Amino acid sequence: MNHSVQITVNGESSQHDVEPRMLLCHLLRDSMGLTGTNIGCDTSQCGSCTVMLDGKAVKSCTVLAVQADGCEVTTIEGLAGGDGLHPMQQAFWDNHGLQCGFCTPGMIITAVEILNRKPDASEGEIRHGLEGNICRCTGYENIVKSVVAAGSRASD
Amino acid sequence: MFPASFDYHSASSVAEAIEMLQKLPDAQLVAGGHSLIPAMKLRAAQPANVVDIARIPGLDGIERDGDDLVIGALATHAAVADSAAVQGACPGLAEAAAAIGDIQVRNRGTIGGSLAHADPGADYPATMLAFGAEITAVGPGGERTVAAADFFVDLFQTVLDEADVITSVRIPAAAGTAYLKHPHPASSYAVVGAAARIAVSGGEVTACALGIGGVAGKAVLADAAASALIGGAASDERIAAASARIGEALDEPLGDLYASGAFRVHLAGVYGKRALQIAATRAAG
Repeated sequence: MNHSVQITVNGESSQHDVEPRMLLCHLLRDSMGLTGTNIGCDTSQCGSCTVMLDGKAVKSCTVLAVQADGCEVTTIEGLAGGDGLHPMQQAFWDNHGLQCGFCTPGMIITAVEILNRKPDASEGEIRHGLEGNICRCTGYENIVKSVVAAGSRASD
Repeated sequence: MFPASFDYHSASSVAEAIEMLQKLPDAQLVAGGHSLIPAMKLRAAQPANVVDIARIPGLDGIERDGDDLVIGALATHAAVADSAAVQGACPGLAEAAAAIGDIQVRNRGTIGGSLAHADPGADYPATMLAFGAEITAVGPGGERTVAAADFFVDLFQTVLDEADVITSVRIPAAAGTAYLKHPHPASSYAVVGAAARIAVSGGEVTACALGIGGVAGKAVLADAAASALIGGAASDERIAAASARIGEALDEPLGDLYASGAFRVHLAGVYGKRALQIAATRAAG
């Protein structure tokens, strides 16, 4: 039996008729056209599907869409909250924190979570915090550099 | 990957969840879903009905109750790891919660779900054994409380009945606790996890327990090693001598491509010793 799901994504509320087995990442990508949220491993390892669910970073391939009923979701498309880039996106831009870009939306959402939890996170804490996000291009150096630049330690 | 089709039911109370589990055929509980949903996507689990308890109010509390910590079944790993009450009362438990998966996983996964799933590579079971936890579940016959030592039966098996719902976990406060793990580099499940609890009085170890996860089908207590440490100083020499006996509790180790059974037993000795050293320092502190 399908369920009606009311969800607020990037500030806009909408209603969807979903099968219970539909995953949140598929609702975002296929029903709402928000293809910035990528599906990589599809086994909750790689983190490319990471979105904010009620303000916390989660892997949207491991959340049922029905579980997000009544929740607020922020995807990479809505992170900046308007025109221009979110400071974390700008930091990735400035520090060349990507190559192919596939992991980038998940990296950026997780990076925002890391600094939300601890604005002055050290480089070590940032590396540890990114353990659930896999990049196969860069070797992580510029990704970590980007997050460090976006954090409050950068201005020390 | 889509799970096989199922019907979804959101329970608003524990009583309603139990009723659903009794009434609906082939039903599984879901909370954070970080054990069940991956299994369903791989079609390793294909329940006909899924009962969601994540919206039941009042099950996610973390509080100090006298000499114990009481943690609601829906408390996420992130909440346990970040809790000042847990860090203060039982630092080893906060360490175990912080060692689970990654931040995204810890934001969803719950302590009740982890215990009910009883994965041999999970981090919590060894801590529950070593720290002397009690697990409370409610079923059709009412509430019952089970000591962790009696809770885990085998690989993915607990004493819970089909319609039982874990509601809380009670853990005695203990400053002398520590948890260390060797994570699998890809999955971050524990290849070996060691949970140590030590109490020291007058320079002598008066109580000691060591739980080892990841090695066997279920977490076990290394009783010979723990007993060997009681009745003397928590010195490096005595901890090393006691740790040499950790393997006595691990006669049926699991092995895989990453770590053979023999290697896991070796790692248990290494991580067990280090966990005991940290717990001893904290107990003395």
